[in-house]
Amino acid sequence: MPRKGKVVLVQVAIVLSLLLAWEAGVRTGLIDPFFFPAPSALVARIGEWMSTADFWSDVGVTLLETILSFVAGIAIGTTLGIWLGLSPFAAEVVQPFIKMFNAIPRILLGPIFVIWFGLGLTSKVALGVTLVLFVAFFNTFQGVREVNPVVLANARLLRASKWSLLRHVYLPSATTWILSSLRVSVGMAVMGAVVAEYLGSSAGLGHLIAQAEGVLDAAGVFAGIIVLSAFVVALDALVDRAEKRLLVWRPAPAHEV
Amino acid sequence: MEGQPALAVDLRDVMIRFGDFTAVKSMNLQVGEAEFVAVVGPTGCGKSTILNTVTGLLKPAAGDVSVFGKPLTGLNDQSGYMLQQEGLLPWKTAQDNVGLGLVFQGKPVEEARAQARPWLAKVGLKGFEERYPHQLSGGQRKRVAMAQTLIMEPRIVLMDEPFSALDVHTRRLMHRILLDLWQAERRSLIFITHDLDEAITLADRVVVMSAGPGSRMVGDVPITLPRPRDVSALQTTDEFVALYRQIWSLLGAEVEKSYAAQG
Repeated sequence: MPRKGKVVLVQVAIVLSLLLAWEAGVRTGLIDPFFFPAPSALVARIGEWMSTADFWSDVGVTLLETILSFVAGIAIGTTLGIWLGLSPFAAEVVQPFIKMFNAIPRILLGPIFVIWFGLGLTSKVALGVTLVLFVAFFNTFQGVREVNPVVLANARLLRASKWSLLRHVYLPSATTWILSSLRVSVGMAVMGAVVAEYLGSSAGLGHLIAQAEGVLDAAGVFAGIIVLSAFVVALDALVDRAEKRLLVWRPAPAHEV
Repeated sequence: MEGQPALAVDLRDVMIRFGDFTAVKSMNLQVGEAEFVAVVGPTGCGKSTILNTVTGLLKPAAGDVSVFGKPLTGLNDQSGYMLQQEGLLPWKTAQDNVGLGLVFQGKPVEEARAQARPWLAKVGLKGFEERYPHQLSGGQRKRVAMAQTLIMEPRIVLMDEPFSALDVHTRRLMHRILLDLWQAERRSLIFITHDLDEAITLADRVVVMSAGPGSRMVGDVPITLPRPRDVSALQTTDEFVALYRQIWSLLGAEVEKSYAAQG
């Protein structure tokens, strides 16, 4: 059997045996279903949710918030990264402020954003943006700064204008870094959206979990977590495809056969 | 203006300083139109400095630089510069790299590609248009870089030890390609190298520089070998060996000096 097949087989075996042990533990009374509802109960709960329109609109709301904060965060972070990457003076001036802002536990901004922007979409996106922005910024900054000096000199010798340098040299070079941070950024965007929903909202997956928690419904919380994980994995797969398409020019890493 | 053809490059008593450090003390270098001049010298003698001066990247502390009879101010818009190290954009295909300068000039990408393809064929890379640099060998990348420089049709080509990182056989292949291209379309060419074989094989004239710092020109030897030259057979001819001996008598002493300075 090829190595990959073996890996998948072992992974499936681990998950199945854990779930089976869990289920058996609940059925025999070893595990209290109030704290750890049986996997079958979670599956039933998710199935129940999926048959309602409310659930899908919750997913839609969270997805929209995630996408908006992701796009806005990447746009602002990349622009900032390019600007500061190209201007050492500005970078030196702004650096302490960025460090300070980045040191704030961003989740704590959630309540502020609710006060500022209300319970709707904007406060969720705002929190997501503050999370995504820094990841995108630091990576773009690094990418712009680490452009191969020979490549840069060569482009200059070919009489590249500032705009051409940005478009053909700096941006593609930074893209590698931005893409490698996309996966983290997607996670951040989802986290921002869900946490903000959890803190106060009337829709979304975070709201769903908050509601379940409010009535001490562990099954609801667990089911919500599972749905969220699936949500992130799906987005991750999309990022993966985008990365493969955008980085065709890169040599395959040596460890990948 | 007619009758007296202006020199492509004319360096007169050029001195280059970096702060208190004098890299080049007094350099006189004249390169005629369509002339192939090789500059040899020990490591650290400021060979690359000379090219940077001709490009206009460095301003001489003293002396004059003229290009086609006009004093050089700002960047030299007649020259194309091929660097020693890899300068291709890794995210662009071979043909897009070759056409890069044209795109920088504002040409549409399709037009640049159409112009780049014949150039890839000229350097023997037909069929490699869509390859990315990492999919090419070192010698192939050098050929792409050569096409990238030459497609801009500079009247003065500057090459800074372009083939020094290649193995002997690949280097010989590069010599053949370069000579063929130069033979077909003659331009002024200043070729920096530390390899005397290479210098004699390619050039019309070999200029020898003294050990740095404060280097100067110590020899200027015309290479009388007939053209077109057969790169593979040339180096065993008596004439080649005689020239080698003659130039080495100048260069060898300078190389010794540079070793002594380093030791």
